[in-house]
Amino acid sequence: MATIQQAQEAKQRPLIAVVDYGIGNLHSAQKGFSHVGADTRLTNDCALIRDACGVVLPGVGAFGPAMRALRARGLDEVVVERIEAGVPFFGICVGMQMLFAGSEEEPQVRGLNVFSQMVRLLPTSLKLPQIQWNKLNIHRDHRMLADLGDEPWLYFVHSYAPEPSEDVIATCDYGGAVTAAVARGNVWAAQFHPEKSSVCGLRILSNFVAFASHKLPSEL
Amino acid sequence: MRVVRVIPCLDVDAGRVVKGVNFVDIRDAGDPVELAALYDAQGADELVFLDITASSERRDTTEAMARAVAEQVFIPFTIGGGIRTLEDARALLRAGADKVSVNTAAVKRPVLVREISSEFGAQCCVVAIDARHRAVSKDEGSFEVYTHGGRTRTGLNAVQWACEVQRLGAGEILLTSMDADGTKDGFDIPLTSAITNAVDIPVIASGGVGTLQHLVEGVLLGGADAILAASIFHFGEHTIAEAKQALASQDIPTRP
Repeated sequence: MATIQQAQEAKQRPLIAVVDYGIGNLHSAQKGFSHVGADTRLTNDCALIRDACGVVLPGVGAFGPAMRALRARGLDEVVVERIEAGVPFFGICVGMQMLFAGSEEEPQVRGLNVFSQMVRLLPTSLKLPQIQWNKLNIHRDHRMLADLGDEPWLYFVHSYAPEPSEDVIATCDYGGAVTAAVARGNVWAAQFHPEKSSVCGLRILSNFVAFASHKLPSEL
Repeated sequence: MRVVRVIPCLDVDAGRVVKGVNFVDIRDAGDPVELAALYDAQGADELVFLDITASSERRDTTEAMARAVAEQVFIPFTIGGGIRTLEDARALLRAGADKVSVNTAAVKRPVLVREISSEFGAQCCVVAIDARHRAVSKDEGSFEVYTHGGRTRTGLNAVQWACEVQRLGAGEILLTSMDADGTKDGFDIPLTSAITNAVDIPVIASGGVGTLQHLVEGVLLGGADAILAASIFHFGEHTIAEAKQALASQDIPTRP
């Protein structure tokens, strides 16, 4: 009985696929989305990814190994396919960087080129990596950044970030303006870790689940 | 903008939080998940769990704790203590820890730092260094690395060891002064500044915090990127918010 009831409840919750390309701690993103009410699956199953109303590309670590692991499992194609199909999509940290043309971290490895810019080493005299909370400077109102309060603080761990473009919706200051979030159409991406940014980060995850399930955050 | 992190440290024995004074004389201070959630709500920037469990079931209880914390608390947390191999690190990271901290095992086999860093990324590889002033020498950099919770001398120079672990791929250094730890007399500033001047990676200063002014000194005089404390937070002497106000009052940026 309990199992059937759980299955029915799970059906009513929006299905979010967190793309599992096998390296790094990808569980945190899954736990975060589950916490805000999504039926979240960490998966490398293309069929399940195609069933999901929202797709998340998480990431920790380095650009080159992440990109190679994604390609080795053939997941690069389903990621681009879902993005081109207009499915709500969220790239996080290295998962954001992989959406760009490439990265100075390993220039011979191509990115997914959803955004045509390059990911570059942070031009700063401050310590690298940036391992700290930082305050967002919001450049453009966007649903990702709705209801974050007056001073949104998010947790960053990175040495590289995408170069500026018209898709940048928020930056942080780390010895200069650093790209913190980009968005274009159905594609959202964040350099920070919303799944590790306490209440503020959980709100962003909740904003994405709402976007993916055509609901308001209050309806989740 | 460099933003200083305030990190409560929770010593864990068999799934319960305790805090030793000079690593002996332990008092029980509660449940790890509840404390973690409390510190998150108070505005702690990260958490560090130091596992001091000696029993053979330690790995299972610590992994279970990591899973429980990761389900309910959404700020970064580090687990250290007793991590000897790449497999130990993998198990804790898979259970939900964001970083692992290695100490004795890294001294015994320095390449472990490189293994963890290249497998999981430098961002999750913290090297804990416990150091003491050398008894006979007053020379600059005359700090010796200790292992096994401060009981075993290594003969290693702490500044040289810090540079070595950076070269091996450590993402951060968690520096504890064994002279200052438990004294509540403040950070060991000569040790802290010797290490922060020698490396480019972030340094978390630990050991000796008794007042909020000590936190300020750790940043302004010691050059620490993050400050770690236990008893002043655990026993309600000060809240995280008070610690951050003290830092902010000296124009040190923090997350409010």
